[in-house]
Amino acid sequence: MKKNWWKIVAVALVAYTILGGFLFDVPRRAILHESIRNVHFHVCMWFAMLFTMTAALVFGIRYLLKFRTEDDIYASEAMNISILFSALGVITGSVWAKFTWSEWPLLSLKGWWVDDVKLNGSAICMLVFLAYLVLRGAIDEEQKSARIAAVYSIFAYVIMIVLLLILPRLTDSLHPGNGGNPGFSQYDLDSRMRIVFYPAIIGWTLLGVWMMQLRVRIKKLERKTEL
Amino acid sequence: MAAKEVLHLMGKELSLELRQRNALNGILLYVISTVFIAYLSFKHVIDPPTWNALFWIILLFASVNAVSKSFLQENKGRLLYLYTLASPRSVITAKILYNMALVALLSLLNFACYSLFIGNSVQDITLFLIVLLLGSAGLASVLAMVSAIASKTNNSTGLMAVLSFPILIPLLLTLIKASKNAVDGLDWSVSYSLLIVLVALNLLVFALAYLLFPYLWKD
Repeated sequence: MKKNWWKIVAVALVAYTILGGFLFDVPRRAILHESIRNVHFHVCMWFAMLFTMTAALVFGIRYLLKFRTEDDIYASEAMNISILFSALGVITGSVWAKFTWSEWPLLSLKGWWVDDVKLNGSAICMLVFLAYLVLRGAIDEEQKSARIAAVYSIFAYVIMIVLLLILPRLTDSLHPGNGGNPGFSQYDLDSRMRIVFYPAIIGWTLLGVWMMQLRVRIKKLERKTEL
Repeated sequence: MAAKEVLHLMGKELSLELRQRNALNGILLYVISTVFIAYLSFKHVIDPPTWNALFWIILLFASVNAVSKSFLQENKGRLLYLYTLASPRSVITAKILYNMALVALLSLLNFACYSLFIGNSVQDITLFLIVLLLGSAGLASVLAMVSAIASKTNNSTGLMAVLSFPILIPLLLTLIKASKNAVDGLDWSVSYSLLIVLVALNLLVFALAYLLFPYLWKD
């Protein structure tokens, strides 16, 4: 039990997010209306993805320094969880953008996708994660694939950071936090949302860590039974 | 890593390229025929954003083709021989510098053909050429590194595009924005931040390749 307290925290916080996110009073804003509740889900996917992505980077670097298989398992599973979070982030973001920023009908001449730097950025991230998986699959030898995948993930991560953190600030967009503004200002969030939003970030991130840990343990057991 | 070693390695790349002239000719022909196909399908492109986007897309595909061979074409024996002679860091530096020159050549050729057939709507040629050179440097260094990664896999030519396109997008977006400013003939002060991002991206990619390549090298 001693080691598992954070799992209970994760479940409690996510449960609180779902209940609080749907039931608590939220600020009424033009255009957004009730859809502002999506902040507790969409934005948190994004934070959790950044966290697991960074975990993959750290384990990738550790693998290149020490060449321990365990680090590689952690890195690849962190990448898998990042794919899940980026997919959820893109889906929630795309639907939200469609219903707030875009015109009807749903499928018009301009297609479904709403043009926004950050949505595009997260879609590109997803492409990188998938490319990472393809790269791993394309090399048979286990240690070689671990080493080369680590190199690719570090290379890609640093370039992605430029894409995600610097480019949106140079572009004008409908998304909050573009054109030189900080991401979350007092205008976007008020205290009624903060009491759900901050715990939500922690809850989803912890849930991601838990999923990652489970997958790592499955991977390790698989390796053991193979040998 | 010594400057002399890098120069020798670049000389080796050049003499190999000149010895197998058909590879270089193939790439040059690739650019010319792609521009011609674009001309036949679009005729004259007058709308600046389309002009600009088409230009960079052609250059992207041409440079992927040109740079991918830098590691994919090296046979195992020659790599092993290089490994005993030179340090990995000078190998990647030489490859990147050589490919920068190659992609710069391609981009200038692309620009020339493009002006010949499709039309030239650039109002600020100096800025456009600066963006073009910075862009070719960036494309060459990212692609050289990805080619080194892809050469380690079983399906290297297919992976080349899959691995490089997503990480080229930040560079490509900045390039398209900066060159759009040049096409529209906007004041240079508008493009400063973009030029800084381009220079920074180039340095960043080069530093990453320099640090990471030794881990790819040994088998």
